[in-house]
Amino acid sequence: MVKRANPTRQRLAALGLLGVPLLTYPLLSLPGGEVAGIPATYLYLFGIWAGLIALAAWVAERRGS
Amino acid sequence: MLSGWFIAIVATAYLGLLFAVARFGDARADAGKSIISANVYALSLAVYCTSWTFYGSVGRATSGGLSFLTIYLGPTLMLLCVGVIIKMIRISKAQRITSIADFIASRYGKSQLLAGMVTVIAVIGVVPYIALQLKAMAASVDVLLDHSGSSVEVWGLDSTFLMAVVLAFFSILFGTRHLDATERHEGMVAAVAFESVVKIVAFMAVGLFVTYGMYGGLGDLFLRAAESPELGRLLQLDSSRAGTWTALIVLSGLAIIFLPRQFQIIVVENVDESHLKRAVWLFPLYLLLINIFVLPLALGGLLHFGGQGVNPDTFVLTLPLARGAEALALLAFIGGLSAATGMVIVETIALSTMVCNDLVMPILLRSTGKFVEKRNDLSGLLIGIRRAAIALILLLGYIYFRAAGEAYALVGIGLISFAAVAQFAPAMFGGMYWKQGTRAGAVAGLLSGFVVWLYTLLLPSFAKSGWMPSGFVENGLFGIGWLKAQALFGLSGLDEISHCLWWSMLANIGAYVAVSLNSRPDAVEASQAERFVDVFRFDARNTEARLWRGKASPDALVQLLERFLGAARARQQLATYASSRRATDWRSLPADADFVQFAEAELAGAIGSASARVMVASVAQEEDLGLEEVLDILDEATQVRAHSRELEAKQQELEAATAELREANERLRELDRMKDDFISTVTHELRTPLTSIRALSEMLHEDPRLELAARTRFLSIIVNEAERLTRLINQILDMAKLESGRAEWTTGEVDLGEVARESMASVEQLFREKDVALSGDIPESGPVVLADRDRLTQVMINLLSNAVKFVPGGEGKVHVKLGTAAGLVRVEVRDNGPGLTAEESSVIFEKFRQGGNTMTDKPQGTGLGLPISRQIVEYFGGNLWVESAPGAGANFIFTVPLPAPEE
Repeated sequence: MVKRANPTRQRLAALGLLGVPLLTYPLLSLPGGEVAGIPATYLYLFGIWAGLIALAAWVAERRGS
Repeated sequence: MLSGWFIAIVATAYLGLLFAVARFGDARADAGKSIISANVYALSLAVYCTSWTFYGSVGRATSGGLSFLTIYLGPTLMLLCVGVIIKMIRISKAQRITSIADFIASRYGKSQLLAGMVTVIAVIGVVPYIALQLKAMAASVDVLLDHSGSSVEVWGLDSTFLMAVVLAFFSILFGTRHLDATERHEGMVAAVAFESVVKIVAFMAVGLFVTYGMYGGLGDLFLRAAESPELGRLLQLDSSRAGTWTALIVLSGLAIIFLPRQFQIIVVENVDESHLKRAVWLFPLYLLLINIFVLPLALGGLLHFGGQGVNPDTFVLTLPLARGAEALALLAFIGGLSAATGMVIVETIALSTMVCNDLVMPILLRSTGKFVEKRNDLSGLLIGIRRAAIALILLLGYIYFRAAGEAYALVGIGLISFAAVAQFAPAMFGGMYWKQGTRAGAVAGLLSGFVVWLYTLLLPSFAKSGWMPSGFVENGLFGIGWLKAQALFGLSGLDEISHCLWWSMLANIGAYVAVSLNSRPDAVEASQAERFVDVFRFDARNTEARLWRGKASPDALVQLLERFLGAARARQQLATYASSRRATDWRSLPADADFVQFAEAELAGAIGSASARVMVASVAQEEDLGLEEVLDILDEATQVRAHSRELEAKQQELEAATAELREANERLRELDRMKDDFISTVTHELRTPLTSIRALSEMLHEDPRLELAARTRFLSIIVNEAERLTRLINQILDMAKLESGRAEWTTGEVDLGEVARESMASVEQLFREKDVALSGDIPESGPVVLADRDRLTQVMINLLSNAVKFVPGGEGKVHVKLGTAAGLVRVEVRDNGPGLTAEESSVIFEKFRQGGNTMTDKPQGTGLGLPISRQIVEYFGGNLWVESAPGAGANFIFTVPLPAPEE
């Protein structure tokens, strides 16, 4: 009867909060130059984005969550 | 060769397919086999990606580089706050919310004023956005026809107008099937999900073609771009625009839930809360995929058409055409078409519900009361209003598109719309998480935010289009410098969107909080606040009934339902309601608070909560409970909740205590049983010697002529038995004392070697009588321990006399060994007797268990020696055990700890 906070929701919200500093300035000004011909900023943005999505998928689709 | 005809046929075929998908979705829903799965739900969210994404992102990327990504990063982050969205869904289901206007109005006391305001803001903010979609469709047709060289007017009618008519038709067909706006439009959702698939496939196909077909892959494209300083700039982020970056993320994060079409899809059309778990990652993944090739396309377009003046917004079409890939261009055209149509369909449906329920109905109900009263069945009228609203909104969009043309007001409208709906955020979030937020606060906040938005964003965009003088932008209103529309109070250095977001949010939140804190909610507001904020805990069963008091006539309520829902639907809902209250017929139900709630909820689904409240109030005499009483009821409900939580905690404690008691009881019973066993064993043990003493004594007594030899033998047996009896009684007493902890101990320094030697000496006679060899391996001055000397001697003698009892006479050998190891003195008494089985090795330490076969042999001891010895040894912190195997003799070992060395 006593409502416990849903752990999956909390984990997802934490991911969202983690994403905010990772996807905004000043961290965004860190990557510079290029890696294998592709601008580092481009790789950084899509990489972090994909990472967040992968983690969210893992958290949300886990069994028993 | 692309001809106008061909394009027309393809577009018509595509729209036909769309109708078929929607038809199928509805048919399946009617058959009770919904096709709305978690994946379909997640894909339908992608209605967020309009033609503004499909064509416009590339255009934005050609000027702003990667900054277009913010529009998709914001939604990704917002969706991760699943808790907020689930709360919105839960509230909407409980309150039968039909739109975002209804949501805000319902929270703040079912206010018609608020509902109307939100609707007006949404319409003003979003209709230009619809116009933008129409423009994109028109532009894409132009591009295709231009390149095919046949720019003739094919349809006789304006193609964009035709398209708008078809979309209106679609929306009316699949968006106004039910009167109850809270019911889902599964066919429409299925069609939108289908369109999402089409547009991502089309866009990625073009992206792959340009990146890998026209250029040598991503690396090649980036390398070529980096060679030109102008294009190279697009590859790097401009950190001087950090503020804009963050502002756009915030803005798009709010838009993903507050745009009317997004609210419609995420909240109203949600079938199952658990679908969100899929959407939370699948939708962001969709956004990521559709954005991967945006920058490459922009760079490819700029490299290919450098200086030819091709509109970057059309690169998705012109790049394939430039290479003669007409089929691909056609696919891209279909993708753009699906992006635009999906948005237009859902947006018009959402807006039409708002316009009908929150603008037209209140006016109808108020001003033409007589007209409405005369009509018996209003359900047809309601549907008619919705359909007319759809047509009207599309017409407005079309007119705006025609009027604006290439004007700035259209191109920049995407973000301007976002900023408009962001004004709902304070009232929405405050409404869901802050009970103190009041209607007055929400009105003040919305109004100030809207005015600021109008002045700093929409009107300047009109001015830039040349529709009005731009004096207020350049010089400030009335020439007052600090009223410059896009540098309010001299705040410059921001782009216009961040500037508007900053000021409008300051005004909106400031007014909302300040007015809320300084106004008192009325009774309805207070109870609605409780229902919204505490939606997960609100105890509807016990509280709802007390929040409404008054008189209502069931006939009047039923009549009301029949008029707004239609007779058939009303009776169907009444029957369902009656069975939920376990009544066979709704006519037998009393018109109590619950009935009134039901009627109001049903009406709310059809005409919105604000109008529903007005209508119910018109037929029921509701007693005004007053704020104080409502607050009392709500407080009480909170207290009851707290009490029940406490009760539950108490109950758990009680259960734990009961379990402990039960366990203790079990233990006591066990002890009781053991005591009974003990007593019966003891009595048995005492009776055996007594019986023999008594029998022999009787023989001596009755036969005086018994021979002396026999007499002496009898007497000696009697003496032995008496001694055994005494020993037994002593040991029982000893045992009882030890067990109850009342034994007397005299602890002192004891030389164990000496104890061993003395014990061996005192039992020497026994060994000699049975001819058993006794040897010892004991140090000269043995280890000294802290113990009771007499007790240790008792243990030693017990072990030795046990050993001599069980070894065979003549060849028996008993060896005593004493040593120290690891802080312990270890004493071993080893014999070469028959040995013990593993089972026997453990039971011989139990009371009255004797070695050997007690059934056939005469008992050789009391069965208490070993238990007593073990108690003694354990008292001094040591151990007593036996190591033995059958046939290998037994080795009884006990240990006593050495005293800790003095520091």
